[in-house]
Amino acid sequence: MSSAEVRKVVHIVEEIFHEGGPRANVPLRRAAALAVIRNPFAGKYVEQIEEFMNDLKPLGLEMAKSLVAELGGDAKVVEGYGKGAIVGADGEIEHGALWHVPGGYAMREILNGAKAIVPSSKKVGGPGARLDVPITHINASYVRSHFDAMEVGIPDAPRVDEMVLALVMTTGARIHARAGGLKASEIKGEDGLR
Amino acid sequence: MKAKIRKIVTFVEETRREMDKTIEPATRRAAAAAVIENPFAGRYVEDLSELIEIGEELGALLTERAVVALGIPGPSAESYGKAAAVGENGELEHAAAVLHPKLGTPVRRVLGKGAALIPSSKKRGGIGVTLDIPLGHKDAAYVRSHFDGMEIRVSDAPRANEILVAIAVTDSGRPLARVGGLTKDQIKGEDGLR
Repeated sequence: MSSAEVRKVVHIVEEIFHEGGPRANVPLRRAAALAVIRNPFAGKYVEQIEEFMNDLKPLGLEMAKSLVAELGGDAKVVEGYGKGAIVGADGEIEHGALWHVPGGYAMREILNGAKAIVPSSKKVGGPGARLDVPITHINASYVRSHFDAMEVGIPDAPRVDEMVLALVMTTGARIHARAGGLKASEIKGEDGLR
Repeated sequence: MKAKIRKIVTFVEETRREMDKTIEPATRRAAAAAVIENPFAGRYVEDLSELIEIGEELGALLTERAVVALGIPGPSAESYGKAAAVGENGELEHAAAVLHPKLGTPVRRVLGKGAALIPSSKKRGGIGVTLDIPLGHKDAAYVRSHFDGMEIRVSDAPRANEILVAIAVTDSGRPLARVGGLTKDQIKGEDGLR
């Protein structure tokens, strides 16, 4: 197993106090970790690419740990998550799909076996491309208050032979969540959905 | 606090490789940005002292956030910069009031020194507008290796009645600086220029 070649890492942390409504006693925090890596398959069609998922595992763990650290160091505060990838122009969308397993399972491991599927988005794009990373509750995908998204991007990435890999974690519901649906307090926690 | 802050966003970039060369130690830079209510949105107000006071508060808050995000003591910072984007119901002069009269003193208090002018940029813009924060060495403006800029944006700000205010701090110059000029080990540190 080799390891991913990282050019740059970017961290973004948002601390949200209000959005025109009452100011929250505890602000919502959303953190994103982005890594710019070389795409080993850029510029050619390669049939067998699955092995690269193993190469990405250490990076996924490093990024997941850094997010927990940025949110205060205790995995228990993390309530939402998501992931995504932007593939540079000499790559294909399938290369971005290699991030599902190492990115998703790294977060679920660091978050003590979170049950819900990790929502994701991906695209092919140029430097500065923006990605809306979807976010849902870590243990029950249907918790409506935690449906969210965080826009991320890096001005100088991805270059054509690179990929931007993203993980996102949040500490709670949207700041003025009031659109009904399943509440976090009603989670059964059996199937990752409700 | 006089400033009515809706959210605070921090950004950290760490460059580990550039043009296939390893950057050791990695160059790191951070920006902290606050989205505040513009008390003068939608009308002409002659006396801008409220925004000047807000600038003083934000100088301390945002510099502390940026230094914490870098994980360094303030005096270890090498370069800095500031910028603001005024929402569409405000005036460019509002950005000037936040950035220029009083913001610098607390920045320099956090960073220990800072004889050089803090380079700045400002604009009026809509939601998601980009800010290119100029960067220069904090003790000697002519240090060529530290001339740089950091692009940031906050996807949901500034709204029409808001101002986005940002401070950037680094622990290093450009990753592969090699265009000559004054170097940081040649700083006399008397006039803020050389």
